[in-house]
Amino acid sequence: MIELINLCKAFDDHVVLDNVNLTIRDGETIVIIGRSGTGKSVMLKHIIGLMKPDSGQVIIDGQDVTRLGGKELNDLRLKFGMLFQGAALFDSLNVRDNVAFSLIEHTKMDDATIDKRVAECLELVGLKGIENLRPSELSGGMRKRVGLARAICMDPKIILYDEPTTGVDPIMADAVNDLIKDLQSKLRTTAIAVTHDMTSAYKIADRIAMLYKGKIVEIGTPEEIKNTSNPLVKQFITGAATGPITEDS
Amino acid sequence: MNGWISQLGERFIGFLRYSGGVTVLMVRTVFSSFVPPFKRKPVLEQMVKIGIDSLPIVFLTCLFTGMVLALQSAYQMQKMEAKLYIASLVALSLTRELGPVLTALVVAGRVGASIAAELGTMKVTEQIDALETLASNPIKYLVVPRFIALFFMLPLLTIYGDIVGIVGGYMIGVWRLNILSNLYWDMTWNPLKIKDIATGLIKSFAFAVIICIIACYEGMRVEGGAEGVGSATTKAVVISFILIIAADCLFTALFYFGFSF
Repeated sequence: MIELINLCKAFDDHVVLDNVNLTIRDGETIVIIGRSGTGKSVMLKHIIGLMKPDSGQVIIDGQDVTRLGGKELNDLRLKFGMLFQGAALFDSLNVRDNVAFSLIEHTKMDDATIDKRVAECLELVGLKGIENLRPSELSGGMRKRVGLARAICMDPKIILYDEPTTGVDPIMADAVNDLIKDLQSKLRTTAIAVTHDMTSAYKIADRIAMLYKGKIVEIGTPEEIKNTSNPLVKQFITGAATGPITEDS
Repeated sequence: MNGWISQLGERFIGFLRYSGGVTVLMVRTVFSSFVPPFKRKPVLEQMVKIGIDSLPIVFLTCLFTGMVLALQSAYQMQKMEAKLYIASLVALSLTRELGPVLTALVVAGRVGASIAAELGTMKVTEQIDALETLASNPIKYLVVPRFIALFFMLPLLTIYGDIVGIVGGYMIGVWRLNILSNLYWDMTWNPLKIKDIATGLIKSFAFAVIICIIACYEGMRVEGGAEGVGSATTKAVVISFILIIAADCLFTALFYFGFSF
């Protein structure tokens, strides 16, 4: 279980997270929605320990991530897989070495076993036989999928998706959504995705939470979110140009 | 007046913050260099990039410097009928001063800029964050191989630059100023002492640390996309240049006054 307790973060005078409280159950897929710049990615970075909060806690399986450092934090991170917005593949490595990065760095597997595992992961994301390509030779959608293969390579318990469908065409976005759902049913991991793509959110989420002005203003199943009476959420999910969000900004 | 004082204060705090950041990075890099696992491949790759690939530019810079040094000193020495001492002047100037400094400046321009740009690009494309999420320490993975490679390759490049510069001086001395070849070599090697070469090499070890740490620090704190990468690259080169010249001055004074070198 992942618990965010009174999480606060500000950059100079700009408050990004303001006493955020959120509980994520094991095995569920939760999608955090909200406008660009509302702190969705910042929240993800707190969960994996890339950022330290000004105050508050992030409890994962009883451990407070905000108090961990060095080896303890790295051991915890091995339970995670993360897909970055731009995939964040290492330019200097080919696809095989990108996907196998954690296996090479943190296990004593021989090359043949690593190759087999990389092939399995690439097959799971629908990209067979591209091990020798460089990231610069891949399309946006392929980069995302290789990033996903890298994220699942160590059989993580928790997968974080930062804008999984941003920057890819609608057909590829739907393929990425299918992939996330498929992985979820096969691997039974806990997943946290941040996005502002509502099609994606409805498709992959067990629950959806909306972040607005540093606070979770609504949380519920996709159905509950669709039928919400909260005007902030209504405006966001319908994409209306006028409403409380735009009037307030 | 108040505005001026607060601006000065802000700059001073900025300076302290920068110095602190650089020092912390240096300490963590040195510490990480001695912590296993030790991987040879990334260090060897960096040695090729930093050392082997810098050979042509160091060759040209030091060759021309040796030639210019011989020509400029000939202008004075000929008046004093002391043409023969050109060889000693070229050899000593290069090994003690110009070889280490020019090699370091060239490497700071070529390698320091490249390190800052590479790490800066990795930072803005979240590759450094990705490294951390994959439970790898960016300092161990990115900074240490560059640090070890520079620490060993810059002194080697300096020795190479010294030799090339001396050959440049020889070409002018023997072919243009008609000094006898064996006499030129005698006047080159005889006054040269181990301590002359050692002072140059000690400097180059310090310059290697400066180039690597400044470039990595600038690269790893880039913000704001392509513009940030460009600005970090420029800063890495400019700050390295200034620190190299300042450290050179400090070491020369230390050797001269402290150890009578």
